[in-house]
Amino acid sequence: MERISKEQVRHVADLARLQLQEEEVEHLGSQLDDIISAAERLNELDTVNIKPTSHVVDVRNVMREDEVKPSLSQEDVLKNAPAQQDGQIKVPSVLE
Amino acid sequence: MEPFDYSLKELSRRLHNGDTTVEELVRTSLKRIEEVDEQIGAFLHVDRDNALERAKELDQQLKNGEADADNVLFGLPMGIKDNMVTKGVRTTCASKILDNFVPVHDATVVEKLYDASTVMIGKLNMDEFAMGSSNENSGYKIVRNPWHLGHVPGGSSGGSAAAVAAGEVPFSLGSDTGGSIREPAAYCGVVGLKPTYGRVSRFGLVAFASSLDQIGPITRSVEDNAYVLQQIAGHDPRDSTSVGKEVPNYLEALTGDVKGLRIGVPKNYMGEGVSKGVRDRVWEALEVLKELGAKVEEVNLPHTKYGMTAYYVLASSEASSNLARFDGIRYGIRSEGENLIETYKQSREEGFGDEVKRRILLGTFALSAGFYDAYYLKAQKVRTLIKQDFEDLFLNYDLIIGPTSPTTAFQIGENVDDPLTMYANDVMTIPINMAGVPAISVPCGLSDGMPVGLQIIGRHFDEATIYRAAHAYEQAVNFKHAPQFKGGAHA
Repeated sequence: MERISKEQVRHVADLARLQLQEEEVEHLGSQLDDIISAAERLNELDTVNIKPTSHVVDVRNVMREDEVKPSLSQEDVLKNAPAQQDGQIKVPSVLE
Repeated sequence: MEPFDYSLKELSRRLHNGDTTVEELVRTSLKRIEEVDEQIGAFLHVDRDNALERAKELDQQLKNGEADADNVLFGLPMGIKDNMVTKGVRTTCASKILDNFVPVHDATVVEKLYDASTVMIGKLNMDEFAMGSSNENSGYKIVRNPWHLGHVPGGSSGGSAAAVAAGEVPFSLGSDTGGSIREPAAYCGVVGLKPTYGRVSRFGLVAFASSLDQIGPITRSVEDNAYVLQQIAGHDPRDSTSVGKEVPNYLEALTGDVKGLRIGVPKNYMGEGVSKGVRDRVWEALEVLKELGAKVEEVNLPHTKYGMTAYYVLASSEASSNLARFDGIRYGIRSEGENLIETYKQSREEGFGDEVKRRILLGTFALSAGFYDAYYLKAQKVRTLIKQDFEDLFLNYDLIIGPTSPTTAFQIGENVDDPLTMYANDVMTIPINMAGVPAISVPCGLSDGMPVGLQIIGRHFDEATIYRAAHAYEQAVNFKHAPQFKGGAHA
């Protein structure tokens, strides 16, 4: 049974900002379908009363003093930018 | 004897005795890379000039009596997996999307190794963004297993393991999200440790799955491994998930004494799906530990069989979020589209390889509206059950031991187009990351001429007991590390 339609693959790809070629939709879609089918095996387990684990070490809300410390310089930050202008990263226009 | 057959301690002794120099060690490493790396493919980048320059500085310090004789790592060459950032040295994660990325700072582990006056020889090949078990997913080139060039070195830290196995560097760092240090260590006949989650800072490690990733050492011996972990372990204010627990002296754990140690052997790690050669070697290793006085009993890890699928849902979900930052805007390759969204999409389409796209799709799907509870939340609950399996066993056992991988290194190309079969290689390493506990892979003999890894799993933050058992075993059997470069020109 197909669990994920091509339309869904395109939708998920769009959410993930991936532009897939048509053959990729086919190929990756069918592999994704296999993996999702395998994942449904988890339903064999009754987990109604089980708490989820997002993290194994019980560390939360680590706080520190809000002190001003040196960070990367503007020059360093811009070093890897694909395009820049006037000390800022240049991007394609955001507004139509 | 090849130069890097010596232990780190012996290399250090030779340096301080004047039997060798840092420059000589660095040149040895560079020469070995020149000789064999065309066949192995372990290095993505060799930082030759900087390494030689640094070597000369360190030799001067040595001459001036400024080198601390207790710092065993002083002057030793090493390699770093290419997903840890290195200031001024190109860092790609073996992905085309970071083809031109030159970091402006060092990862904490790199800083700590520099603090110990080690010399970085270069950056090591890997599966793209650490996603893979064979190193065939590198965006640049595959890595070949030094024992047999037709076989994979394992992954994702394939370059880190192969470089150490081939004698190109005496030690390296890898990262392990679902087995990426231990599996290649097993396949290449070297020692690889995944520390407890939180033991080593992840600051500067390009994140794959943040709740599972951990950096660890790959070495030729357990003692070497302990020296490297000693240097990189500890709390780091820049990684809020690193834990402020005191770092014990790991070298003191290497007593050779395992008398009375209680060892559990999971039945489902030694059954169907595990090759006979692997099982035989592991049982033999357990016999050795028994003779040394350890108590060995069969146990159960009932939820292991669900580990793999739960892992792929969780790791991919985290990856889909972590890899959103690679969009061609602030760094990396940009492929200019008609508008901003098209630019994101084109940059990612051109920059990412198949496996990365597959996992981003899976993760985005599992996190998307309508599927979150059924897949992501479900997998997190299964993670709790897997973690409990370990907690229950560790009430009565000091260590859990089994194979690292169900088979020895498979052939290049064998599993490439079947993700589920490929994922199955990690079936016995994944639950360890899910539970966050530490585990090592040590060589325990050969099966059909290829190395087998013995996996020793310990309690949270109890790397010391793992090292103790691994070291006692290693001393008792004296594994002969002799990669033969089969199927290639180099003898």
